Amino acid sequence: MFGRTQILPLSRDAASRFLPWLIAFMVWLAAMAMAAVMALSAMSGDWQQGLTGTLTVQIVPRGDETAEVMDARVAAALELLRRTPGIASADPIPHSRVLELLEPWLGRDAMAGTIGLPLPRLIDGQLAPGAAVDTGALGAALSAAVPGAALDDHGLWLERLIALANAVEGIAFAVLALIAVAAVATIVFATRAGLAIHQQVIELLHLIGARDGYISAQFQWQAFWLSVKGGIAGLALAAATLAALGYLMGRIESGLLPPLSLSPWQWVSLSAVAICATAISVLTARLTVISAIGRMP
Amino acid sequence: MAEGGEVIRFQNVGMRYGLGKEILHDVSFRLNAGSFHFLTGASGAGKSSLLRLMYLAQRPSRGLVTLFGHDIATTPRRDLPALRRRVGVVFQDFRLIDHLTALENVALPLRIAGASQEQIDEHVPELLRWVGLSDHLNARPPTLSGGQKQRVAIARAVIARPHLLLADEPTGNVDDSIAMRLMYLLEELHRIGTTIVVATHNEPLVSRFAHPRLHLAEGELLSLPPASPMAGPAPSLTSGAAD
Repeated sequence: MFGRTQILPLSRDAASRFLPWLIAFMVWLAAMAMAAVMALSAMSGDWQQGLTGTLTVQIVPRGDETAEVMDARVAAALELLRRTPGIASADPIPHSRVLELLEPWLGRDAMAGTIGLPLPRLIDGQLAPGAAVDTGALGAALSAAVPGAALDDHGLWLERLIALANAVEGIAFAVLALIAVAAVATIVFATRAGLAIHQQVIELLHLIGARDGYISAQFQWQAFWLSVKGGIAGLALAAATLAALGYLMGRIESGLLPPLSLSPWQWVSLSAVAICATAISVLTARLTVISAIGRMP
Repeated sequence: MAEGGEVIRFQNVGMRYGLGKEILHDVSFRLNAGSFHFLTGASGAGKSSLLRLMYLAQRPSRGLVTLFGHDIATTPRRDLPALRRRVGVVFQDFRLIDHLTALENVALPLRIAGASQEQIDEHVPELLRWVGLSDHLNARPPTLSGGQKQRVAIARAVIARPHLLLADEPTGNVDDSIAMRLMYLLEELHRIGTTIVVATHNEPLVSRFAHPRLHLAEGELLSLPPASPMAGPAPSLTSGAAD
């Protein structure tokens, strides 16, 4: 008999037209913030994993010393490093690799002219797993044995980089929280508008014996469907945006920007944003209606 | 409910809206099951307010109200919907839902009570036929006349077989012939055991029926004998029985 007829014609309200768009926008924003959190988290993890247990020795060329003198200084540094307990390996970084590392900063064309520049010589050291090396003492010993040699265990750089990544992650979480608050406020506003528009029918249902849950269910279903629609649209938009960003970042072909790639599991996690948005909508609608009806006799 | 059992009791009930002046003063009466009363009084005497207290749309400012033996002041809120379902109300302004058909409007109390679709399909068209609306089952209220709307409202009020039927000016928007038809409809319901209270200021109509009257004057309740010559004695308010 009733078919698809709603007792409360909520789908005809103005809120039902704009709410899916608002939810889509909020889901898109939240998905982007969450993708940023996941990408940064993966990035800082990679940095930490890649640089922990490594150290780099830089030997700066002095005046017009010849390549043979420079080689001898590198050999002395290598010998000192290999003798140091806790260092598993120490290998010079080939000149070609140094040029590769500089290329993102100076550009491919500029690199052609750097061949004659007095570039520093680099040594890559790997610590033995679990070994504790006094990098301060080792650095002092290196400077004494090989003038112009400097030891970098990446600690300070890594610490600052991770602090930056953590701060950006914190901001992204704050954005997520603000979006959730905005979603709640939007649903409360839309639900209250619905309550005001349909006040007479709601009062009638109340007077003929409808339980509060029966009336709130009408609003909950409406909030559910609008959120599902908005959530799907927002997620689709977020996926398209991330794909476009990934493509654009990939085109840069440099180590300046990390690749923006999410694992399949992370893509699944992103869909939780739409599920959360739906849950927030339904719960907010229920609490708003129950609170309003609770004031009736 | 047992035949003759108490349906509703008011004891020293006062009512005011917000901080306004008191609309009803020290109202006391009792209605037994199966009774039929007119609630009379001039416009503004408090008839609608008294009915609102009876169908639990309003709480009294003071005094005791019991419905089917439950003290309304102490009954948990979660139990009130079940009490309301035992009361059918014909509102003065009908309160039909415009976007629903006559069938859907009448089926509403059954749906709320959790009746099955089979029960709805069986009983609702039958009741609408009984009130003479078999040709308007799928009509929406805006397309119905005042009398037709009134009959849909009555059908909705009685579809769930309420123990108490309250009608607020049910004949206020219809001509005399339809008013009489509606009254005979209420008489039929009374005959099958429904307790009925009809609020009206239509004295000529009241005088045609041999039912006792509860008369409100400036917020105070008086009990009057039936206006019809076929009537019995006036109900006693002091003894608490108004039937």
